[in-house]
Amino acid sequence: MEKFTTLEGIAAPLAAANVDTDTIIRIERCARTPKNEMGPWAFEPLRYLPDGAENPDFVLNQPRYRGASILVCGENFGCGSSREMAVWALAGMGVRCVIAPSFGEIFFNNCFQNGLLAVRLAGEAVARLQAFVEATPRLTVDLERQQVHAGSEPIAFEIEPLRKRALIEGLDPIGVTLLREAGIAAWQARDRSRRPWVYAASDSPR
Amino acid sequence: MSGRTLFEKIWEAHRIAELGEGVDLIHVDRHLQHDLGGGKALAEVRSRGLRVRNPELTYATSDHVVSSAPGRSGGAYDWANALIDSLRLETRRAGIRLFDVGEDGQGIVHVIGPELGITQPGLTVVCGDSHTCTNGALGEVGFGIGASEIVHVLATQTLEARRPKTLRARFEGSRAPGVHAKDMILALVGRIGAAGGVGYAVEYAGEAIRALDMEARLTVCNLSIELGARIGMIAPDETTYAFLRERPFAPRGALWDQALAWWKTLPSDPQAKFDREVELDCDALAPQVTWGTSPEDVIDVDGRIPGGKPDALAYMGLAEGRPLAGTKIDRVFIGSCTNSRLSDLRAASAVLKGRKMARHVRAWVVPGSMGVKRAAEAEGLHETFLAAGFEWREPGCSLCVGANGELVEPEARCVSTSNRNFVGRQGPRARTHLASPATAAASALAGEIADVRRFL
Repeated sequence: MEKFTTLEGIAAPLAAANVDTDTIIRIERCARTPKNEMGPWAFEPLRYLPDGAENPDFVLNQPRYRGASILVCGENFGCGSSREMAVWALAGMGVRCVIAPSFGEIFFNNCFQNGLLAVRLAGEAVARLQAFVEATPRLTVDLERQQVHAGSEPIAFEIEPLRKRALIEGLDPIGVTLLREAGIAAWQARDRSRRPWVYAASDSPR
Repeated sequence: MSGRTLFEKIWEAHRIAELGEGVDLIHVDRHLQHDLGGGKALAEVRSRGLRVRNPELTYATSDHVVSSAPGRSGGAYDWANALIDSLRLETRRAGIRLFDVGEDGQGIVHVIGPELGITQPGLTVVCGDSHTCTNGALGEVGFGIGASEIVHVLATQTLEARRPKTLRARFEGSRAPGVHAKDMILALVGRIGAAGGVGYAVEYAGEAIRALDMEARLTVCNLSIELGARIGMIAPDETTYAFLRERPFAPRGALWDQALAWWKTLPSDPQAKFDREVELDCDALAPQVTWGTSPEDVIDVDGRIPGGKPDALAYMGLAEGRPLAGTKIDRVFIGSCTNSRLSDLRAASAVLKGRKMARHVRAWVVPGSMGVKRAAEAEGLHETFLAAGFEWREPGCSLCVGANGELVEPEARCVSTSNRNFVGRQGPRARTHLASPATAAASALAGEIADVRRFL
């Protein structure tokens, strides 16, 4: 996984609340598009007009926000479907960090699985960042120091230490868990005697 | 002494290790795969030189990309058949039980889990689908995961997960005729909002929940994710045990007795504390219909369309202040993991019986599983639907998710028993109104959004 330390880049405001993962990537694209080719389809219903032309009103189509790597979003960003393709589509269009007051929880997890930093900030701080990038479309996100820099003024953010470490070191979560295999096996052995029906019921239809 | 909640008891029984900062490594008891990502995830496990750790705890079916056309044998497109074939090949390689297209047991993954007794009280259940919360109706912790976490679970049978806070939603009072489980949960989404449950595991409680049968409880828990809650649950009780007993994959004999003894310890203790409580009175509840592009955009069927979301109104082709009932519709969809079970089809057919739907409407019934389809046909429900003018189709996700080419046309208006009215969910520029099966049936008859209470 690509490591994440400090990101300085174009930042765009996407203030709408409850932007769902169906809006971020349509299901038909999920089913038919290779992982690394999803970028052009991110935000398809917002980004393109019915005739396929770019929608000039959509913020990410505006010249100053093209190539944004940071999105400053509204409440519950990425709600709805569990499709990880939403993160792949964002990554495919160059996004490495999303900032919002809250996120769809499955989307939030999916971000970290793909080296994308999802930052939760108070609604008031997000509103301030949105106002800032409306005027000056650049932000710096310093993961090590847990700060977003909007001009001279740093805004601190919280992040779970495990997630921070995984991003900074580019850790593979499966590799990390496989190191615990002995503990998993011991737990399952105990559980098999405690709850035998959980294991016995499988693959034994009447 | 403080008690523990249903959620806490199950979560703690599955904790393998505390990873710090409220994150645990938890054991996964049941992992369900479907055609949209299952084959790819299993292939990735192989390509990384890993093995599926517990194939006997993993089950699979095809639902997302299968065609629901009568007489179908798979998908309607080559790419869909490639996904179905890949799931077949990879589950066979890994030794995972597949309920294949055309076989008994095939159906929407969140319908067949409970129907076959694969998911049970006290279990942890994950699936690469956000509506895995449906399973919580049996008193289990079920939640959706993404593609990377699917591979993690296949390889380790565990998941790193942050322990959520707890929210109890009490539904008190009793429902009037024409008001169903779907109306109860849509009303809650409207009340606390699509982000109201973010960060919480929700427990639904109260006399109106206890009074629901198991299928109606599955409908309630299904919409937990539309509150932003990954997990929604209902304490197991006699209704749960009666539902589960004799299911093909449920424990039997001495194991049933042993399981039952544990299940009975799971309900929240009387003194258990929840981080948040909300209450909803069902006495005054009316049938609910959505008007916008989020499930939180919901009103009483006889209400007027509110303002405040101009983009949603423009997308839906609606005007503020107008009554929602009476809006002309083009399509009706009865199906999805929310409302495609036998009791849903009975509720819709009770409204339709002896009546004909409006000529300009195209209406589909897509049963949730082969089991539902056969049971409905044994009762003759399909004849009621066909006589009313509906199409009687084959089990799958169909028009809920639009992953199989089954779409609502641009700017066409559909009353749907599914769970999401998002922009483009049922097809580019399609306009979705979420409602109960009874309201959907009434709307098909009227050719417009209709109050089912007029048809009782």
